[in-house]
Amino acid sequence: MTDHAHALETSTGLDSRKLAIWTFIGSECMFFATLISNYLVHKGKSLVGPFAHEVWKDPATGKVFEPIIEIPLVTVGTALLLFSSLFIVLALYGAQKGNRKMLIGWLAATILCGMFFVGMQVYEFTHFVHKGLTLSRNMFGASFFVLTGFHGTHVTIGVIWLFTMFILALRGKLTPNRSLNLEMAALYWHFVDVVWIVIFPVVYLIR
Amino acid sequence: MSTHVEAQEHAHPTPSTYAKIGLVLFILTALEVGLYEITFGESAGSFGHAIQPFFIPLLLFLSAIKFALVAMYYMHLKNDSKLFSGVFVFPLIIASVVILALVALQAYHWAFARSGG
Repeated sequence: MTDHAHALETSTGLDSRKLAIWTFIGSECMFFATLISNYLVHKGKSLVGPFAHEVWKDPATGKVFEPIIEIPLVTVGTALLLFSSLFIVLALYGAQKGNRKMLIGWLAATILCGMFFVGMQVYEFTHFVHKGLTLSRNMFGASFFVLTGFHGTHVTIGVIWLFTMFILALRGKLTPNRSLNLEMAALYWHFVDVVWIVIFPVVYLIR
Repeated sequence: MSTHVEAQEHAHPTPSTYAKIGLVLFILTALEVGLYEITFGESAGSFGHAIQPFFIPLLLFLSAIKFALVAMYYMHLKNDSKLFSGVFVFPLIIASVVILALVALQAYHWAFARSGG
């Protein structure tokens, strides 16, 4: 009896591991809802700059702080994350069909996209700190870094998870019978993507 | 039941469908950024000012379409068991209500504070 067939012997007829990852994703919705609420509630409440979209002049020092959000950079990151979602479903398709070349190729592409996204975020955070925005500078800094930082942490965890799947695939252990292992990682990865689909307009585009 | 569910779980889209969805997602993202540039960009003109009141609803609408496409096709909720959809959508509704309620509460609080109440 295969792992998959064994896993179907539940009262719901569904694989418990898949139900578990969906339940986890449901709880993660609540987690990110609190962070998004926190960002929106404190939006526009900062007493000092720098701000996301507006110029601010410090009355004490006369120093001018330029708007810090850089739309082109984040758009590239967003596109990478969206493409990575496409790549991971193609990798999963390859795993389910027993196409090892497709599995390994698209999985490697997904990991690369994830790593570029994390790199983009590290660059962005460093850039913001150099421009004077820190976690304790103002309300915007606190809520921005907490929200996008937690998302970035999720992406990093996703990259590590996918990398372990990549090692399994290289060793020939991601057979069609065991493709559920990759499907669970893929579901988590897609969730990270849909969270960014919400964060991108809310944080970066809405003024 | 198991056989029925198993058949449901495996009726997933093909790579060409995935690629088409990917293209749509890319176009929608380009539309979001384009909308931002038209409304607030350096070359924003009178048209940009005219559509400013609709900017946030349009942006949220485009975002909702992208969210739904990823959840339905890439996360396979369209073809998988309805139980998975329920486990995902129920907390999503609660999460949306929490966000809206907190934003409304804070807006009321600030309006009340400004009025000197």
